[in-house]
Amino acid sequence: MGQRVLLIEDEPNIIEAVSYILSKDGWTVHTHSDGETAMEKVMQGVPDLIILDVMLPGRSGYDILRDLKAQETTADVPVMMLTARGQAKDREMAIDLGATRFMTKPFSNAEVLESVRALATR
Amino acid sequence: MISFNLLVLVSLAYVAFLFLVAFAAERRAALGKTGWLRSSTIYTLSLSIYCTAWTFYGAVGYAARSGLEYLTIYLGPTLVMIGWWWLVRKLVRIGRTQRLTSIADLISSRYGKSTVLGVMVTVLAIVGTTPYIALQLQSVTQSIGVFAASSGEAWMPRDFNSAAMWVAVGLAVFTVAFGTRNLDAHERHHGIVLAIAVEAMVKLFALLAVGIFVVWGIAGGVGPTLDLIDASAQSQLRPIAGRWIGLIFVSAGAFLCLPRMFQVLVVENSDERALGTAGWAFPAYLLLMSLFVVPIAVVGLDLMPEGANPDLFVVTLPLSEGRQGLAILSFLGGFSSATSMVIVATLALATMVSNHIIVPSWLNARTPGAVVSGDVRRVVVISRRISIGMILAFGYIYFRLSGGGTALAVIGLVSFMGVVQVLPAMIGGVFWRGANRWGAGAGLMVGFTVWAWTSFLPSFGIDAAISHSVFENGPFGIGWLRPQALFGITGLDPFVHALFWSMFLNTTSFMLVSILTFPNPLERLQGAQFVNVFDYSSGARTWSQSAAQAEDLLVMAQRILGGTAAQETFRAEAKSQGKVGFLPDVTPDFIGRLERELAGSVGAATAHAMIGQLTEGTIVSVEDLIAVADETAQIMEYSSELEAKSAEQERTARALLEANEMLTTLSIQKDAFLSQISHELRTPMTSIRSFSDILRDGEVEDDVRKRFAGIIHEESNRLTRLLDDLLDLGVLESGQVQLNLGQGSLADVLDRAVIASGADTGKLKIMRKPANEAVVVNTDLDRLAQVFINLISNAAKYCTSATPQLRIIVREIGGNTVVDFCDNGEGIPNESQSMIFEKFSRLEDEGKAGGAGLGLAICRQIMGALGGDVTYLPGQGGAAFRVTLPQTQALAAQ
Repeated sequence: MGQRVLLIEDEPNIIEAVSYILSKDGWTVHTHSDGETAMEKVMQGVPDLIILDVMLPGRSGYDILRDLKAQETTADVPVMMLTARGQAKDREMAIDLGATRFMTKPFSNAEVLESVRALATR
Repeated sequence: MISFNLLVLVSLAYVAFLFLVAFAAERRAALGKTGWLRSSTIYTLSLSIYCTAWTFYGAVGYAARSGLEYLTIYLGPTLVMIGWWWLVRKLVRIGRTQRLTSIADLISSRYGKSTVLGVMVTVLAIVGTTPYIALQLQSVTQSIGVFAASSGEAWMPRDFNSAAMWVAVGLAVFTVAFGTRNLDAHERHHGIVLAIAVEAMVKLFALLAVGIFVVWGIAGGVGPTLDLIDASAQSQLRPIAGRWIGLIFVSAGAFLCLPRMFQVLVVENSDERALGTAGWAFPAYLLLMSLFVVPIAVVGLDLMPEGANPDLFVVTLPLSEGRQGLAILSFLGGFSSATSMVIVATLALATMVSNHIIVPSWLNARTPGAVVSGDVRRVVVISRRISIGMILAFGYIYFRLSGGGTALAVIGLVSFMGVVQVLPAMIGGVFWRGANRWGAGAGLMVGFTVWAWTSFLPSFGIDAAISHSVFENGPFGIGWLRPQALFGITGLDPFVHALFWSMFLNTTSFMLVSILTFPNPLERLQGAQFVNVFDYSSGARTWSQSAAQAEDLLVMAQRILGGTAAQETFRAEAKSQGKVGFLPDVTPDFIGRLERELAGSVGAATAHAMIGQLTEGTIVSVEDLIAVADETAQIMEYSSELEAKSAEQERTARALLEANEMLTTLSIQKDAFLSQISHELRTPMTSIRSFSDILRDGEVEDDVRKRFAGIIHEESNRLTRLLDDLLDLGVLESGQVQLNLGQGSLADVLDRAVIASGADTGKLKIMRKPANEAVVVNTDLDRLAQVFINLISNAAKYCTSATPQLRIIVREIGGNTVVDFCDNGEGIPNESQSMIFEKFSRLEDEGKAGGAGLGLAICRQIMGALGGDVTYLPGQGGAAFRVTLPQTQALAAQ
């Protein structure tokens, strides 16, 4: 265990909730709340899993996802997208860009945990 | 002694001779040999119809009664021919270019082809001329009577009357025969003109012969004659200035306005250059005619018994001296004067009656739109003949009714004055473009009425048409309407009085009404054509009757129909005629077809005018041009309609495109809005769900549980606020917001807002100037407070300063009360200032402070509903918003 999860999300309450449940499940959770500097944060230490919000200040989650897939070091890191826009085209776009999972807010904690576990053990 | 039968025989022979002359002239004209018939000599002699029996017999009587005053009758025309030749020339030119047929036609044509004016002038002319025709009949019977008296035969009075009747019938036959033979477009009658030219020679010759006989045969030479004149009472008569001026004016005017004079002067004129000769020759003729008048009068008064009628001295003097041949010559001279006048006057009047009364009525009575062709000519000829008969019958009836009592000269003057009423309208029409039909009509009506009242009716004698008491006291006792003392002016000679008032009132009303009213377009055009006739027409133009040229037609058709189509039409026509090539024979059939084809392209009037010009050499008349202009206007109107329609379609298409774009934009906006709403709703819901899951699923330490519950509580509040804002905005945007108007102080509203925003308990320091806030506002106070709360809360949430401050400043700008909210933070970047009032435009960088970004959008909607505004004030250091209160609030505050 002890795998590292990077949560990129701008809503403080959501950051707190997700961090809480993942920590309790034994994950090492890092958080980052700005889109523009998100790639730098990733490059500082490539995590085992990235949870990425779509609507971020400075830079959209899709752009960041595109960058992650383009970089050799991060291309294989599984990415779980979170979004408050639950429309079908958002999901399609995320999968097309290479997201491993797509989750619409609001989500249940069980769902999040299950997805994180599934992705990390692959 | 001369028997009645001999006299009749001589007269008949003379008339037969005239028939022959006229017939020969018509034959020559019909053969195209009009050369000497159009000479200036004939023209000058034809003008002599001015000298009627009145001049032939009456001048001597006039001289016997009033001395030299008779000369005025000759001086008027002399002045016109010498001094006003330019006016005559202008009339002749207008007559030719406009193809005028009579003076009535001139007036009608000048004033926009007015039917009413034509009828008025015609009636005036008939009323003025009928007595004159009667006068000629009277002179003939009187001169016959002279022979009767000298022969001692007891002729019955009915013989005089029947003689007059036979003369009238004979004249009617002559006029019908030579006046309605052919309907020339130019109304020229060579037969009649030549006959009256011959008669002019006869009367001059007769009068000269009598004069020479009187001076040298009776008085014994020039010297004794002059002595006789010096000794006579007539030499003592001094000219009366007023009468002389009036008489010269009337005779000059009548020379131009008399229908018969207009006929010979203008209508029968075929060459303008003849005027040059007539300019000196006609005055010379008048001089010769007047030369022996005084000697004959003086000698007659000296020799003839007391009470002898001086009007007949010309015949009675030779008779009393036993010179019967000379007497018969003199009788023929008088007969010539009478007949030539009657013939031309009847012809001119018949043309007027026919053209201005009978034919228009006939055309009106027909079904409109019926094809008018050959049968019109027959109608015109018949109506002319009937008119001639009618006019002579009028003359004869007048002669019978008047009983021949009045002196010849008096009838002549009354008649002259009547026709001179046309003069203002005529001169004005020819020289003044401002003259119009209303003016002409008013002048004619007024002049005619005044003339009838002051001159015509009184001429029948006291108690005949106007009773004695009316002469004395005026009609209905209205003194200033007395026929011979209008407006209370007495002491004037009746002739001068009538002339002055009729002409003065006529001219005044003509000019005044012309100035006060407006001519119609046709009148304007005609006015220009008349006044500027010398600019519009060339000199003595004679156009050859150019044969229709197939080539000309082809060239024109190509221009209109286009080369191929025109050539095809012509080739087909040529082929059907059995010819090769493009040039068929120009048959009337072909011309008709071509005209119809052209009409399809350029309109019927234009096509007709063009074809007419090429095939008949006709000139394009004003009516043609107006018809063409009408058509062109219609075509232009049609095409501009089309243009308007296509422009309209373009507009519609553009509008549709814009609407479509707007719908697309709206749809995109709606998607964006829904997506935004979804995001704004889902975010707090995510927190709530997640934390409630945690609280439900596992054991959580007490303080953590409390904290999580707090977050859930906060987030559900946030959701509620968001829903409230959304609903509020929906109502405001739909414009269905219910305003709750009330009055209150601005300071109170601000106080409430500061407390409600909770800013007074926080870090934000609020600075106000209560002195400026003492403004009474009359609006929805709650809504205004909502705006203020929003702005204060924004400052509290977003002000980046370590010691945040908000200054609230109330002031008056341009008549409006404004409230500025300025904080000391970083402010809003320039690029964002334009979008902060849009929905969900919360600046992302500062999004952590909560709120969905609907606040400013709501503020703007509220201020819009209240009639004010809220704007961002750039360059204030920090973020600054200005609330502008509605204008009415500012007014209420003062």
